[in-house]
Amino acid sequence: MDRRHFLAGSAAAALARPALAQGGPTEFSFFYPVAVGGAITRVIDSYAGDFARENPGIKVTPVYAGTYQETLVKVLTAHKSGTPPTLSVLLSTDMFTLIDEEAIVPLDGFVKTDADKTWLGDFFPAFMLNSQTAGQTWGLPFQRSTIVLYWNKALFRQAGLDPEKPPATWAEHAAFVERLTKRDAAGNVSQWGTQIPSTGFGYWMLQALAIEAGEVLANQEGDRTFFDKPGVVEALQYWVDLAQKSKVYPPGIVEWGTTPRDFLEGKTAMMWTTTGNLTNIRTNARFDFGVAMLPAGKRRGSPTGGGNFSIAKKATPAQQEAAFRFARWMTQPERAARWSIDTGYVGVSRAAYGTAAMKDYLAGFPAAAVARDQLEFAVAELSTHENQRVTKALGDNIQAVLTGSKAPDRAMRDAQAEAERILRPYR
Amino acid sequence: MKSRLSAAVHGWLLLLPAMALLVAFTHWPAVASLVESFTSTPRPRRPSRFVGVANYEQMLADPVFWQSLVNNLRFALGTIPLAIGLALLMAVWVNDRIPGRTFARMAYFTPTILPMIAVANIWLFFYTPQYGLLEQVTAALGLPSHNWLGSRETALAAVTLVAVWKEAGFFMIFYLAALQGISPTLAEAAALEGASRWTFFRRVQFPLLMPTTLFVLINAVINAFRTVDHIIVMTRGGPDNATSLLLFYVYQVGFNFWDTSYAAALTVVLLVMLAVAALVQYGWLERRVHYR
Repeated sequence: MDRRHFLAGSAAAALARPALAQGGPTEFSFFYPVAVGGAITRVIDSYAGDFARENPGIKVTPVYAGTYQETLVKVLTAHKSGTPPTLSVLLSTDMFTLIDEEAIVPLDGFVKTDADKTWLGDFFPAFMLNSQTAGQTWGLPFQRSTIVLYWNKALFRQAGLDPEKPPATWAEHAAFVERLTKRDAAGNVSQWGTQIPSTGFGYWMLQALAIEAGEVLANQEGDRTFFDKPGVVEALQYWVDLAQKSKVYPPGIVEWGTTPRDFLEGKTAMMWTTTGNLTNIRTNARFDFGVAMLPAGKRRGSPTGGGNFSIAKKATPAQQEAAFRFARWMTQPERAARWSIDTGYVGVSRAAYGTAAMKDYLAGFPAAAVARDQLEFAVAELSTHENQRVTKALGDNIQAVLTGSKAPDRAMRDAQAEAERILRPYR
Repeated sequence: MKSRLSAAVHGWLLLLPAMALLVAFTHWPAVASLVESFTSTPRPRRPSRFVGVANYEQMLADPVFWQSLVNNLRFALGTIPLAIGLALLMAVWVNDRIPGRTFARMAYFTPTILPMIAVANIWLFFYTPQYGLLEQVTAALGLPSHNWLGSRETALAAVTLVAVWKEAGFFMIFYLAALQGISPTLAEAAALEGASRWTFFRRVQFPLLMPTTLFVLINAVINAFRTVDHIIVMTRGGPDNATSLLLFYVYQVGFNFWDTSYAAALTVVLLVMLAVAALVQYGWLERRVHYR
């Protein structure tokens, strides 16, 4: 199987060069999702335009495909009907699903020259954890992130807290949010201390807390989960206590999509969300804000997150080679730096942080370096076989706890039992 | 003889286009779902095989299926009577000669013109905690804040309300058309007899509207099991499956988990439920609705 993929890759490489040289443009489509605020589609279109000018033999058609979930649905539907987009940006965590469906090819076959190898080796290792398995590379990091804490300095000042000092530990975080929550005499809250969104990426937020409590949620092979470990229950307990015990966090479910808006409106003094929202917040905030690493429990930590480039198996070798060249072009240090500045996502390689553009940017806006610095403490994002199903089992149970219908230990036992049932056939 | 044959051929030729479309996009998929529901989901390394009723056994043991079923029945019980009642009320209201009648009719019909996705996004803003429209109103009245879509108790009611708002205007159009078909002599006769407004409605208008009510009822039942656009936009079935409806769950199993055989089994259950509902409505109700 390894060799077959390798041969397919080499054959693709051998065939692609002449095909590209013989004129007759190679056309392929590129599906990408948008999961953060801001005018991202315009940025992508301008990149595709630049690439077309530099590579007249290749015509790439970028297609905005909705959220990550919707993009995966579209790509897999197209795969089953036989004509998938050659290149797509999909959640790095869906790697096992895509491999099981035989929808993507490993990329090692396209990496030939020493320059190629240097480029591949320069991606941050934390990002490669969700891009490689069993010795093969299946995805190229593109819009990758970690979870960071945003805080509103003006509201910190109002509450009598040092506006330059974000909470560094769970205990501090809990103490700060208590002071940052504003209630009237009847107990109605006009400003919350913090928001940790619980729709869409609830599993991701829990993972951050679990890492900080010293646990990992799944093994690197993606066939075993550890949802019922005491640290995970403790992490969930910390989260739900913010809402139900100290009442410094909105009751019920907090929307992923509206959390940045709540922060911009001053309805919450802090929020936990992806660094991919950084540029959106920077453009729209009418107050001073700061960005910090997540507070530490037993240790610091955050899962990585975000999307990788993947190349479809059902595409012509010439298309695959062209798609690879586009992906490689998109992740060049200058462009990775530009993309990071335009969005807030982490520059995916060390070299991106060596570029002049990035150095200037960081000098004027040091907050942008926080997510990169946090990579030192980062852990692979939860990723298993049948990833969507396993994440739903976990996400549903998190929501059950936050809405008060289950206790944390019971919910995590249920989630673990469901994950066991799903993953047993893959061992 | 020859002309009868050619008439038959003619007839069948006229039926053919619609028939071909129905068979290709309605009948064949239904049969294919039934067949597929008895097989396992094909995976690249594990081809599909016959598994008997295993998918149905899985369904019986699947709490999310049961929750979706119960949610869907509640959703139906909420939307059907409310949407029909409201539609009838609005239709009787704008059927009268009131000032600004055209404007009122248009206003009631507007939700129908909007795509469900747009409607859902508007209501998403209404329900937003803290600064949503609903919150601003309740805060001005001094009532406590509530996370409508984010708590298990209110989420299903909140999405039910959106569906009622969206559907009532549509059903109103049918009632309005039917009301205009009722002869004005009946109203005059009732007025001469000194019948009250309510008696006239109960004894004359409502019975004459029964065929329309049956038609609207059938549509309402179908919609209650078919409308999931707003669920996808507003809650994605959450919190913890509190707003998961059957069709939404079918979509999730089919297109997020790619367990197509299990999704086929769920589809069959949905089809059977709708078929039973249609049989009851056409076979039993229809015989009692006509005013004699």
